[in-house]
Order: sequence, then structure tokens, then C-alpha cells
Amino acid sequence: MKILVAIKRVVDYNVRVRVKSDGSGVETDGVKMSINPFDEIALEEALRIRERGQADEVIVVSIGGDEVQQQLRTALAMGADRAIQVATDSAVQPLGAARVFRALVDKEDPGIVFLGKQAIDDDCNQTGQMLAALWDRPQATFASKVDIDGSTATVAREVDAGLETLEIDLPAVMTSDLRLNEPRFVKLPDIMKAKRKPLDTVSMADLGVEAAADIETVAWEPPAKRGGGIKVENVSELVSELKNRGLL
Amino acid sequence: MSKILIIAEHDGQQLNPATAKTVAGAQPMGADSIDIVVFAADVSAVAAQAAELQGVARVLTIEGDDFANPTAARLAPEIVALADDYSHVLAPSTTFGKDLLPRAAALLGVNQVSDIMEVIDARTFKRPIYAGNAIVTVKVAEDSKVIATIRTASFAAAATGGSAAIEPQSAQASDPGHTRFVKVEGSDGEGPDLASAPLVVSGGRALASSENFEIIFSLAKKLGAAVGASRAAVDAGYVPNELQVGQTGKIIAPDLYFAIGISGAIQHLTGIKDAGTIVAINKDGEAPIFEVADIGLVGDLFEIVPELERAV
Repeated sequence: MKILVAIKRVVDYNVRVRVKSDGSGVETDGVKMSINPFDEIALEEALRIRERGQADEVIVVSIGGDEVQQQLRTALAMGADRAIQVATDSAVQPLGAARVFRALVDKEDPGIVFLGKQAIDDDCNQTGQMLAALWDRPQATFASKVDIDGSTATVAREVDAGLETLEIDLPAVMTSDLRLNEPRFVKLPDIMKAKRKPLDTVSMADLGVEAAADIETVAWEPPAKRGGGIKVENVSELVSELKNRGLL
Repeated sequence: MSKILIIAEHDGQQLNPATAKTVAGAQPMGADSIDIVVFAADVSAVAAQAAELQGVARVLTIEGDDFANPTAARLAPEIVALADDYSHVLAPSTTFGKDLLPRAAALLGVNQVSDIMEVIDARTFKRPIYAGNAIVTVKVAEDSKVIATIRTASFAAAATGGSAAIEPQSAQASDPGHTRFVKVEGSDGEGPDLASAPLVVSGGRALASSENFEIIFSLAKKLGAAVGASRAAVDAGYVPNELQVGQTGKIIAPDLYFAIGISGAIQHLTGIKDAGTIVAINKDGEAPIFEVADIGLVGDLFEIVPELERAV
């Protein structure tokens, strides 16, 4: 079984993102870029499934310009077997990304397509569900535990009410939540080895995919700030302050 | 004609408060009508509650055993079948809505607007990106259906007292069979619901153990509050995941929020930015939580929390 893992290049999660002063976007010049953390968790899970002997090959895919090859090389260093860059110069919205993965599913015939539950840049949380729809296959989103048993998988999902368990037939789409695993660190020899692993490039046009861009972003602004607060010295001051405000 | 359809979220008996907030989010879109659809094994109780929401014209009900614990794969084709009659399809931005609605959007061939926090007009909305570090205004193309989830913390629930018509409909699709619900396990359900409670007491990493976290539960009980936690506290295993407040957990808007031993990582602050009053208790006076707190108290939480419990 092959596992296809989606990798998105995003602003590193440690960077405090700021809106440009002219409101034309967010500041990305000279900012550290990384694999979307949820995608890294998805990749880690795929590698563990392969290491348990339940998959033969882990293929990482990223959509974007040549800069995404950096993140694909990191994913290869983590242990992926090969990488595919789907080249495009334009921004891709979730439906366009889902169509790319749908086209790759036809070429690669994976048993699982693993994605992060959301990208930490646009926070859309859509691509995995959309791929499952276009593929007409099961989706197990927000996965916090995955057990593969032959042609089915049992997935525990983090939902508002607690943990939901689904049993799904493979092939299927899974999206990772935070607590699925802790991704491994990349070691230097693995980075060297990753340079020799195959990284292929195909264009979105080669795949016959049109990017649906039906949502236009017209403005960026920083979030509203909360008003300045006060400090109190002790519990009795806190309680009287809350009583004064009618909150207790 | 613009017409809005809202997918009801419920547990089979009770309409989830997120649905009433989604109705409130739909109202400023200025549609000619707002309908709600209820999928359930037994629709009666939930449909009656949905019909009471003001501003709702019709409650469509689709009943069947398939809908006892329906999966996104089961529901999405039903929504697509209904969507023909509507310009907008909305769901709450809960794990239910987030799981379901993109699947329907893809079948309809459109992108979804996730997490609407403000409505500018019928096709223009504000939504948070980068964990709330930036707010974007997005516009949906004129010839596209608007498929969107509503950030429930940004809207107060629609009032009750309405009396919408309840109209049974039949299912248009069948269960694909490839996705089977097994079970859902929650906490014991003691105390108010975190997502909708007016008063929330949250604890963070500084609690240092699940035993110590008991002082948070104890204070919450005294106050009649729901209990929440930071991601660090959940990751450390002090409390179960469903108590997590923040960008990747629950986004809440209580009247009063206590952040106890929580440093205030941006992803946590995103989850509470719509709270009425934020009280922060932390031993580090430089912690970022104090930048957003309305009332701050610097000190040892293990002394302050029991004292606070006695004082209220």
C-alpha cells in the first residue's frame, strides 16, 4: 500500500505574523518557512504505518513554486521515499488543492491520503474533506489515533463532544489532529541521504487541474486589540472588582 | 432571490446552541428567507426547538435510522440535493460543521468560506487567518453558491419565540456503507457545557498535574462554571482533549473567563478573544496573558485559587 501525504509550506509556527502596514497582505519577507505542523504529524503517522509493515511507500506532495522543494526535502529527510512538486505560480485554494490530490490518486493509487487537518496560514480546514468528496471515499478528519487492519482502519477523532471512533474502508482520506503523534527530529545524515531521493515535478496543467478561485481576499487587517486592563493586588480586591462589574 | 439553508447540529434530543448562533450569523446576510434542515433518527424534539428560533421560515426534517450518528459521507449528498433551492448553505464552525460542509462544498464545485466572524454583505465576510493574527475580508464570486461555516463565538444566539413551519422531506441518497460510526466517548458531562457556558475557569501548564487540576474543578463547581484548559495542559495529560480552549480546540465567548496558570500563547488567546471579561492569575507578571486580561492578579495560583474559592 502507498500513502500519499500532503505537505504545505507555511510561515513557521513560532513566527508572530504581522499584517503589512498598507494592508496588502501579511509580512512574509525574510520570515522562516516550514512544513505546516499538522502535515508534519500526518507524515509522521504515515512513516509509522510503513515502519509497522502496513505500507510500502510514503510519497509526499506539495503544491507551489520551486521554494516548496525545501519542505519536500525536509519531508524526505524525515523518511518519505519520494516527493512530487505540483508546480504552479498562483495561490491555490482548498478545492484546487483537492483536485490536484484527486488527479494524483488516479496516478498513484494510494491506500491512504494523509493531510493535516488545517494549514496554519489560511486556517481553512477543507482540503481533506474535499478530496474525500471528489474521490467518493471515506474521510476520517481530526484523527488522534489510527489503527490499520487489512483493508479497514479504525480512527479515533477529536470532536467537540470528546473522542469519536469511526471504522472506515480503505482507500480513504485521513486528516491529523495535534495529539496523533510527536513528529521525529531530522538527523544530519538523513538530510544528506534525502538529497539523493527522487523529487519529481509536474505542473497543475499536466494533471489537467483547474484551480477554482471563487473566493477573493480583498483586505487584510490586524485583529482588534482588547482594551487595557488593570492589575489587582490580592483576592479580596479581585472579588470586589468582579462584584463592582456585576460579574459575581 | 437569496435563500439560506442552515444545517442543524444536535445530539438527537437537543439542538446544539451553535445552531442558534449560526442563525444569528445568517441574519445580517439579508436573505429573503432562512431555513434549517434537521437530519435525525427521530426529528421531533430537535425540529420543535429549531422552529422556535426567530427569523427561521421553515424547518425541513429528514428522518431515518441512517441519521442516528450520521457521517459526513452520508450527509453531504443530502445537502447537495437540497442546495439547488438555496443561494447560501451554512453550518456552525464546530467539529461537526468543519467535518461536513467542505465535503458538500466540493460536490457543489465551490470553495468554502471558513469561520465567518463578521458579515459585510451577502457575499462579503471577515474571517481570521494565522490563528487570529490577521483578519481578512473575503468576497465570494457572484456566480458561486456561498458555502460557509459560522464562527459561533462571534455571534449571540438568535432569540426564541418564533414558530417556523416544520416540513418533512425524504432522503435523496443512501448510506455509502464505507464509513461506520462506532462510538463517541466524552467526559462524564458534569457541569455546564464549555462551548456555551457564560462562566469558564481554565487551567494551564502551571497546574503541573492532573491531581493539582482538581483545584480548578473545585473553583468551577463553586462558581457554577465550565472547566477549560490550555493546549499545554491537555498535551501534558492533565485533562481530556475536549476541554482545550484555543485555535485548535474550542473557541468560546463567555461573559467571564478565568485564565489560571496560563501564559497566553497566541493560539489560546485566539480562543478567548470574544470573552466579555478576562481574569488572569499567573505568577509571571510578564506573561502575555496579562496583555489581554481585563483584570490581572500576579501570584501563586496554589494560594490564590483556594482563597478565591472561599471568597466567592
